[in-house]
Amino acid sequence: MESDSLRNLYQQVILDHAKSKHGFGVQPGSAASSHQVNPTCGDEVTLHVHLADDGGITHLSWVGQGCSISTAAASILSDLMVDTSRAEATQRIDAFRELMQSRGEGEPDEELLEDAVVLSGVSRYVTRVKCAMLPWVALEAALASADAA
Amino acid sequence: MFDNASALALRDQFPILSRTVNGQPLVYLDSAATSQKPLAVLDAEREFVLHDTAAVHRGAHTMAGEATEIFENARVAVAEFVGARSDEIVWTSNATEGINLVAYGMSNASLGRGGSAASRFRLGEGDEIVVTEMEHHSNLVPWQELAFRTGATLRVIGLHDDGSLRLEDGTIGPRTRVVAVTHVSNVLGIINPIAEIVALAHAVGALVVLDACQSAPHLPLDLPALGVDFAVFSGHKMLGPTGIGVLYGRRELLEALPPFLTGGSMITVVELDHSEYLPPPARFEAGTQRVSQAVALGEATRYLTRIGMHDLAAREHVLGQRLAAGLREIAGVTVLGPLERVGLAAFDVDGVHAHDVGQFLDDRGIEVRVGHHCAQPLHRRFGITATTRASAYLYTTDDEVDAAIAAVADVRDFFGVS
Repeated sequence: MESDSLRNLYQQVILDHAKSKHGFGVQPGSAASSHQVNPTCGDEVTLHVHLADDGGITHLSWVGQGCSISTAAASILSDLMVDTSRAEATQRIDAFRELMQSRGEGEPDEELLEDAVVLSGVSRYVTRVKCAMLPWVALEAALASADAA
Repeated sequence: MFDNASALALRDQFPILSRTVNGQPLVYLDSAATSQKPLAVLDAEREFVLHDTAAVHRGAHTMAGEATEIFENARVAVAEFVGARSDEIVWTSNATEGINLVAYGMSNASLGRGGSAASRFRLGEGDEIVVTEMEHHSNLVPWQELAFRTGATLRVIGLHDDGSLRLEDGTIGPRTRVVAVTHVSNVLGIINPIAEIVALAHAVGALVVLDACQSAPHLPLDLPALGVDFAVFSGHKMLGPTGIGVLYGRRELLEALPPFLTGGSMITVVELDHSEYLPPPARFEAGTQRVSQAVALGEATRYLTRIGMHDLAAREHVLGQRLAAGLREIAGVTVLGPLERVGLAAFDVDGVHAHDVGQFLDDRGIEVRVGHHCAQPLHRRFGITATTRASAYLYTTDDEVDAAIAAVADVRDFFGVS
């Protein structure tokens, strides 16, 4: 009864990530963090970025609660950012944002975005793009505040 | 009597109801957020714009006079709809502006504006503003700000687990100067005991400001009989257009309240260093008004009156019971508030976020609201961030309510939760 579009939005990978929540939990020693809220639903994420001496990302940790899309996005993002250079992180953030703004027309770069490509179905649903972007925006803000410190 | 057949019979007056969403026939269950509009209301607005457009309350030509009369007749219609006098009805852009008008009027009185006549509106340290934990943000944030500006203390009437107000806590006391309360909760669907609250407030000399956004569209309303001092509601939730709302104020209070927005159309004499103001309602209607929207809202109240508000309330009561009872039977679903309610239900599906519930329903063409419904403190009180809300109106059919219940019953399976 459910449409293909809905099944594409809620792929099993997304539902699995929403349950397993990679990177979830407070970890000490982060360089910076960012708290982001989706004002329409009250969903929130506090994302911590952990940096190596050369400024590269070693890993992320996060807490928060939200819908399966925002939760899965945070989980996938955590996998994607393990041992990632800053240049690569920025490239991935930009590519993901572009994908989310594509209204279902985007051609995701699987090599660059890895598991995050499963979120491309979200771009069809303009009201849900903010959900998927929430942890990515938090990462961007956390990196900016790490640089400012 | 107004029943399911009545609802079916009037649906063709709402052309939007025949559209599809995601390839499915539309099931519109978000009327508590905004209602759909019947042709009669749109026709009235279009008729006015096409044939009667002219500046109201200024200009001396024939059309200015005609437009002013139509505009003022709309005020009479709205006044009759809530049992008030037409000079007790102030046009606002929405309910939020109406509440801000009262709050800023009190703020201005606290600064000495309005002279001794406005002294009853003055607030300062030691005075208390009372709100409730179930308020919509629009009936909470303006009072928080008023408290910050005046030094008054904000106090909150809490909720029982069933959503009813903890009036026995004695929150309304000798220092209370104003009580801001909603008539019907936009989340719980509960109808608050306003007469009792008015009695408690008036016993200590406090004013009562009523948020009637969820009652004016759905219940017969007699504001003077209810005894409230001020009340606000929004046009777009009651078959009218967006951009138009109403503030009701008891005549003697409107006469004493200093203005909020100032400028053209609300003055009698303007000198370079000071001005004299018109009596209400004009004193509170600075600048060009939303004329065609007011005309349309007047027509919306006539439309609702023709349906009959007692009959409509009885019908929506039935729909609310059907909705809440049906949802409660589904494993893992918790409906907020008591079974006794207006025609809406907000609920939590265990293990599935409201956004995901809403997305699943949307796929079947069922349009519901998800989120905190502008009532974050209420949701916090019940330990949840977001709920899904289905809300009915006159055009809602039994089948639509049942379709929503059936869809909710499939949600947990789809998301692999059990």
